[in-house]
Amino acid sequence: MRLLKLVPENTNIQFLKYRKVAMAISILMIVASIALVAVRGLNLGVDFVGGQSVRVEFTQEMPPIDEIREKVGDIGLGEATIQQFGTDTAVSIRTALPDGDKAAADRAGRQLVDGIKKAFPTATTGSVETVSGKVSNELLRTGALSLLLAMIAISIYIWIRFEWQFGVGALFALFHDVALTFGFFALTQMQFDLNIVAALLTIIGYSLNDTIVVFDRIRENLKKYRKMEIIPLLDLSINETLARTVMTSFTMLIALAVLLWVGPDVIFGFTAAMLLGIFVGTYSSVYMSAPILVWLKVGPDSFIPRTSAATAGAERIDRNDDGAVV
Amino acid sequence: MLDFPRWKTIGIGIILLLGVLFSIPSFLTEKQFEALPGFAQAKVNLGLDLAGGSHLLLEADLDDLAKTQLSNMEKTVRTAMRGERGPDDDIAIGELSTDGGRISFLVRDQTQLDEARERLFRETQGAAMTGQRDWNIDIVDSTRIVLNPTGAGRTQAISQAMDTARDIIDRRVNSLGTREPTIIRQGDDRIVVQVPGLQDPQALKDLIGKTARLEFRMVDANADPNEAAAGRVPVGSEIVPYAPGEGNGAAFEVLRRQVMISGEQLIDAQQSFDPQNNQPVVTIRFDSGGSSTFARVTAQNVGRRFAMVLDGQVLSAPSINEPILGGSAQISGSFTVATANNLAISLRSGALPVKMEVVEERTVTPELGADSIRKGAIAGIIATVAVLVFMILVYGRFGVYANIALLFNIGLIVAIMAAFNATLTLPGIAGFVLTIGAAVDANVLINERIREELKRGRRIFQAVDVGYSEASRAIFDANITNVIAAGLMFWFGSGPIKGFAVVLTIGIITSVFTAVTVTRLFAARWLHKTRPTALNI
Repeated sequence: MRLLKLVPENTNIQFLKYRKVAMAISILMIVASIALVAVRGLNLGVDFVGGQSVRVEFTQEMPPIDEIREKVGDIGLGEATIQQFGTDTAVSIRTALPDGDKAAADRAGRQLVDGIKKAFPTATTGSVETVSGKVSNELLRTGALSLLLAMIAISIYIWIRFEWQFGVGALFALFHDVALTFGFFALTQMQFDLNIVAALLTIIGYSLNDTIVVFDRIRENLKKYRKMEIIPLLDLSINETLARTVMTSFTMLIALAVLLWVGPDVIFGFTAAMLLGIFVGTYSSVYMSAPILVWLKVGPDSFIPRTSAATAGAERIDRNDDGAVV
Repeated sequence: MLDFPRWKTIGIGIILLLGVLFSIPSFLTEKQFEALPGFAQAKVNLGLDLAGGSHLLLEADLDDLAKTQLSNMEKTVRTAMRGERGPDDDIAIGELSTDGGRISFLVRDQTQLDEARERLFRETQGAAMTGQRDWNIDIVDSTRIVLNPTGAGRTQAISQAMDTARDIIDRRVNSLGTREPTIIRQGDDRIVVQVPGLQDPQALKDLIGKTARLEFRMVDANADPNEAAAGRVPVGSEIVPYAPGEGNGAAFEVLRRQVMISGEQLIDAQQSFDPQNNQPVVTIRFDSGGSSTFARVTAQNVGRRFAMVLDGQVLSAPSINEPILGGSAQISGSFTVATANNLAISLRSGALPVKMEVVEERTVTPELGADSIRKGAIAGIIATVAVLVFMILVYGRFGVYANIALLFNIGLIVAIMAAFNATLTLPGIAGFVLTIGAAVDANVLINERIREELKRGRRIFQAVDVGYSEASRAIFDANITNVIAAGLMFWFGSGPIKGFAVVLTIGIITSVFTAVTVTRLFAARWLHKTRPTALNI
C-alpha cells in the first residue's frame, strides 16, 4: 500500500526569508485585534458582566430576532441582548439585573422566564443563568489572571528547559495567539464567556505544542550543525518538522470541525475559538517564535558547550541540584 | 528502547485490561449498571450541564452576622451584670450602646468596675488557636467598659456560622427529596448547592433563601397607635412590619423587644389545616422548656395579643383566648399548602445563623443536557473514526498501532474518571474530542521521526529505536506545558471549566502512556518477531 504523504519529502521552503513581512503582518493583526476590542468591545456574557441569560428553544419556526427583541422589551427589564447559537432554533436572551436588593433581582428572574413563556407559548427555556455583579467581577478577575499566569508560567518553563531567548519567543507567540482570538471575538461579536477562557488556555497549551516541537529541533540542530548560519538552520528545523506540524494540525482540525458541525451548539463559541486557535497557533510557532530567535541572536553558543572542564563541573552541580529537587 | 522485559509487558497488559474493564460501567444503561456487583459500580458522573439541574452559589450576609453577634453579646452583658445571686449581686449599668459595631456601657459604681470586667471576661472565649479572645474588653475613662470584637473572633464566628448554615441547608435540600444534592462550603463565606435533575429552582431558592428565625413576642397593648405611626413607641418595644400580604391592612405591630419563645425551642413543625376555616397552617410543637414558658405567658396574658414573627416580619398577631397548655401552636398567615410546607421544613431544620443570598444561579433542563450528550457522543464517534482512518492512510502499520493505542486511551480516560468519581461536563466532552485529535500527536511525532531516520539511511530497527527516543523529549516538554495550562484552569475555573481541565489532564497523562509506551511495545514485538527488511511508513 502506498501511504499518503501530506507534505512532500525533503521540502526546502525558505520560511525565514519572509520573516519581516510576516512579522509586519503579525504586528498589524495584533494591533487590529486590540483596536477591534477597544472600538467594538467584546460581547461579554453574564459570566463577566452579571445579569441573567435564558436559552430559549423554539419547537416550531423561530420568529425573527426583531420580533423576539420587541416582545422581550415589553417585559420591562430594559434592553435585551439576543444571540443566536449555531442552530436556528435556539437563542439566548440576556438582560441586566435590576440594581438594588435581592428580592428585586429574584423577581426579575421569574419575570423574564414567565414573560418569555407567555410571549412565545411554543418555546421552552433550556437553561437559565443568573450571575450577580459581585460574582461576575470575580470571574472576570480570575479569568484574566489565569490567562496571564498561564502565559508567564509556560514561558518560564520554556526558559528553564531551553534558553531565555526561546522563552521570549514563546511568550510573543502566545501573546499573538491570545490577541488574535480576542480580536476574532470582537469582530464576530460572539459571546465571550468562561468557556472561551478555557478555550484560550487550551489554545495556549497547544500552540506551545507546536512551538516546542520546532524549538526542540532547533536545539538539536544547533548542537549538530555548529557552523551553520542561524537562518538556514531555522529553515531546516522548520522544514524537518513540517510534516508533523501539518499532520497534527490536520487531525486536530478534523476533530474540531466535527465538533463544530455536529457537536452541541451550547459550546459553539468554544469550538470556534479552538478551531481558530489551531490556525493561529500553527502560524505563530513558525512566524512569531522562530524569527524572534534570529533577532535575539541565538547561536550554537546559546547552549553551553559541554566539552570544557569548567562547564562539565557546572553540569554536575546542575544534576545534583536536580536530584535535590526531585 | 525496544527491549521489553517480561514483567514490563505483563504490567502494561494489566493496566490496559483494567482500563477497559473499569470503563465499561460508564457505558452501560442505568438498568444494566444497577445489576452490577457493588465494587464495580463506579462510573463517570455527569455534570449539571449534562444531567440537568440547578447550581446555586449562596453568599452569607456578613453584616447581618456581625449584627447578630453584637446583639447576642449585648444580651450576654445584660445577663452577666444582673448577677447570679439575686439583686444584691447586680452591677448597675447605663448608657449601653452598640454603635459602631462595639458595645459600650457605663458602670455606675466605679468600685464594681473590676468585678464587671471579670464577669465579662468569663463570657468571652478563646478564638481557635490564635491565642486571642473573641472580644477585647477595655476600660475607658475609668467609668466605661468597651467591648470590641477581635478579628480572630470574627473569623471563628463566621466559620462556625457557615458550618451550621451548611448543615441546615443540607437538611432543607434533602427534605425536597431530590437525588444526590451536593452542598459544600466554598471560600470563607459561600456555600455551593447543586441539585441534579431539578427543573425549577424557585422552590429550592424559596426554601434556602429563608433564614426562618421564628419568634413569639407579646404585642405592646400600651402603645398608642397614632404615636407609633409617627415612630414613637414605649421603652422596651419596637415597631415590626407585617410580612407582605399579611395584617389585614395593618402595616405593623408594636411588639415588646423581649422574645417569649424562639424557634430554637421547637421540636417539630408540620403543615396542616386550620380546623375552623380549612386554611393551610403550620402546626408546631415546643420542647418542654418552651411548652412551660408558653403555658405560663399565655396564662398571664389572657385577652392580650401575641405576635408570630418570622425573619423580622409579623405573620399574624392572634388574641390569647385561654392559656395554651399543650405545648403546641398553629402559625397562621396567608399560606398555600406549598408555602406552609416550605415554612414547616425551614422551621424543622432550624434557623440559619446568618442570612444567605443567591449570588449565582445556573439551571439546565435535563432535555438540553441529554441533547448535549447525544450531540457530543456523535461528534466524538465521527471524529474518532475520521482520525483512525486518516492515521492508517498516512502511517500504515504504525498507524494501526497508534489507533489501538488511541482506543485504549479512551478506555483509560473513562476508567480513571470513573475511579476518581470525576465529573464529566459539556466542555469536558469537548476536551475529550480534543484529546482524540491531540493524542495522535505523539505518534505523529514518533512516526515522522522514524521516516526521517530511515531516509538518513539507518536500518529499520535503529530507526524505530532512535525515532522513539528522540521524539520523547519533545513529547514530554509539550505535554508539561499543557498540564500547566490545565492546572491553572482547574485552580481558577468554576464547575464546567474544572471538568474540562480534569479531562484534559487525565487525557494528557494517559495519552503519553498509550501513545509512547504501548505503541512502542507493539512495534518492538513486531520487529523482534518478523525482522522486517523493509518498513512502509
